[in-house]
Amino acid sequence: MELNDFLTLLTAITIAVSCSLLGCFLVLRKTVMVGDAISHSVLPGIAIAYLLSSSFNSVFMLIGAAIFGVFTTLIIDFFHKKLKLQEDASIGITFTWLFAIGVIIITLFTDSNTDLDQDCVLFGELSSTFLDKIIVGDFLMGTRSFWMIFPVFLIIVVFILFGYKGLSIISFNEDYAKSLGINVGFINLIFMSLVSITTVMSFESVGAILVVGLLVIPPATAYLMTNNLKRMLIISCFLAIFSCIIGFYVSILIDVTASSMIVVVSGCVFLFTFSAFNIKKMLNI
Amino acid sequence: MKDTIIYFFTDSVALKVLIGITIISATSGIVGTFSFLRKKTLVGDAIAHSLFPGICLGFIFSGTKDPFYLMLGALITGWLSVWLIDLLAAKSKLSSDTSIAFVSTFFFALGAVLLSYISGSTNGNQSGLKDFLFGKAATMTNEDINVFVFLSLIIVLVVILFFKYFQLISFNKEFAKSIGIKVNLIEFLLSTITVLTVAIGIQSVGVVLTSALLIAPAAAARYWTNNLPKMLFYSALIGVLSGVLGVFISSTKENMPTGPWIVFILFFFTLLTLLFSSNKGWFSMVRKQRLNRQKMAEENVLKVFFQLAELGIENVTYSEFLNKRQMDTKELTNTIASLIKKGFVNNDFQLYKLSDKGEVEAARIVRFHRLWELYLTKRLNFKEDHIHGTAETIEHLITPEIEKELLKELKFPTADPHNKNIPY
Repeated sequence: MELNDFLTLLTAITIAVSCSLLGCFLVLRKTVMVGDAISHSVLPGIAIAYLLSSSFNSVFMLIGAAIFGVFTTLIIDFFHKKLKLQEDASIGITFTWLFAIGVIIITLFTDSNTDLDQDCVLFGELSSTFLDKIIVGDFLMGTRSFWMIFPVFLIIVVFILFGYKGLSIISFNEDYAKSLGINVGFINLIFMSLVSITTVMSFESVGAILVVGLLVIPPATAYLMTNNLKRMLIISCFLAIFSCIIGFYVSILIDVTASSMIVVVSGCVFLFTFSAFNIKKMLNI
Repeated sequence: MKDTIIYFFTDSVALKVLIGITIISATSGIVGTFSFLRKKTLVGDAIAHSLFPGICLGFIFSGTKDPFYLMLGALITGWLSVWLIDLLAAKSKLSSDTSIAFVSTFFFALGAVLLSYISGSTNGNQSGLKDFLFGKAATMTNEDINVFVFLSLIIVLVVILFFKYFQLISFNKEFAKSIGIKVNLIEFLLSTITVLTVAIGIQSVGVVLTSALLIAPAAAARYWTNNLPKMLFYSALIGVLSGVLGVFISSTKENMPTGPWIVFILFFFTLLTLLFSSNKGWFSMVRKQRLNRQKMAEENVLKVFFQLAELGIENVTYSEFLNKRQMDTKELTNTIASLIKKGFVNNDFQLYKLSDKGEVEAARIVRFHRLWELYLTKRLNFKEDHIHGTAETIEHLITPEIEKELLKELKFPTADPHNKNIPY
């Protein structure tokens, strides 16, 4: 394997696994669309952070992302619970509004030469991430995109390992978790912040829409296969890695964008699993 | 401002944009109302994403950017997405939001792959396709407008012709099924016009923001009226207003995007409606709640006065009152002040007494309470120690009509289950 391919794949896999881990809880808690909304709503955060620091500086990005991610869930809750608007509509108007603000900021305040444009927002540029290498002395430390997502990946793993019990109870029965004295609001806050931070850290590589694919599709496939949360987490990580590898090489083969191909491959795996289970069910009858 | 308006009616390009946006917004407002009532607004978002590969396929197969072929492709993948969402919801254990998110991202990724395939093979001839992603309000052509007008007319015609059916399945699908309406067929028709609407919508505001055109006007209109035809009208009106305002604002500066401004304004229209609408808005709800609370507090205080009078205490002090019923002192002060103002209670040097008018009112509430207790024990076989709580709530809600029925049902009783007198 070529070094550049390896670096690109490493970034893709780290992103995909981070997303899958978080996505499992989104799928179980039926809050996928909130995750979807967050991934769109962090755009103004990214744009403002970019304007302030005039680069994709991680610290600004992280703060901007976390703020807007939490802000999104707050607005959705405000519309849904306080103003009594039905939930789907609350989600729909919130994320479109924030995304619109993001686009307005980008077109108003950035000139055409910046890295931040609408294409990048939607698709990302996975295949060019290897260009930005970090070299310390004579030693290659990996790409910048990798080092942006890797700490987030570690945080997610630590969060899930230490909060596993709370998270799993919350995922299956929030009221029960509350009655056990688990601080549901706090865990939710951290969880949604993690979703937004992951989105932001990976948006340069895979874009705002495709990151939702990585959040949803591998966990949804794993959920079709098992009812056990631990197994679901592990299977979805494997599926994510599998889709990254296959998607990446197929994209080179037919010369298309790698990030979209990865999502397409994982989608095909999902459809295959779904059909297989249904055919099996039909044959049993 | 005046210059801008004149500019719009003299400049043919600007006028075209204005017309196009008006048509798109009005149609989206109408169709969105049905999606909103069926709680399927996010399906609109999924449809918007899934039109993207269809447009690319239309381009690949026809080799042109002729809107007809692109629309045809869009229509096919749009239908597929609706079908797939329903299939996943019916045949798997995934929740509907997971199915929607899967379909929208999978189709979108497919579109992105196709787009990069096209740009790799045809040397940048695909520039027009990207307009579908971000909208191209500012560069609409006569041909586009013609297509919009044609499709909008079809959509509106379908809505008018099938209005009764759409109304039925939006409010009560089960009932529609039970009276023999072919629900599947009507739903298919409704998805079709939704797909068509989204297909023209994405050309003004782009893939991500189209769902706002469907959701926001309908959500706002819902807070204005309960009547479906009126709701459709308001929704279209809000859509058009925001569309036109968006076009004006974005025309004030070069390179300002039209779509995002429309969505931005739509959001504010909706937010303002949700906060200030006269019947269901947040502020009017809060006001109603406060009035209700005050009314209940007043009725409770009157009731205590009556009960104390039954025990022989006619001139009541605060402490006597609070011995009988736990209440926040400040709330009690306010409530008594309001009762004095209404002439229900007289104040005589810190001693409070029901007026004649107050006595009638208090008797009414106590009567409701006791009648209800009696009804619960006699007709619903409640135990005597279980009835007070419910009666405590219901006494504030009983109307003279219900009272009449209760009296008839219980044959004008004189004593409640605790052997207390029922005052008439």
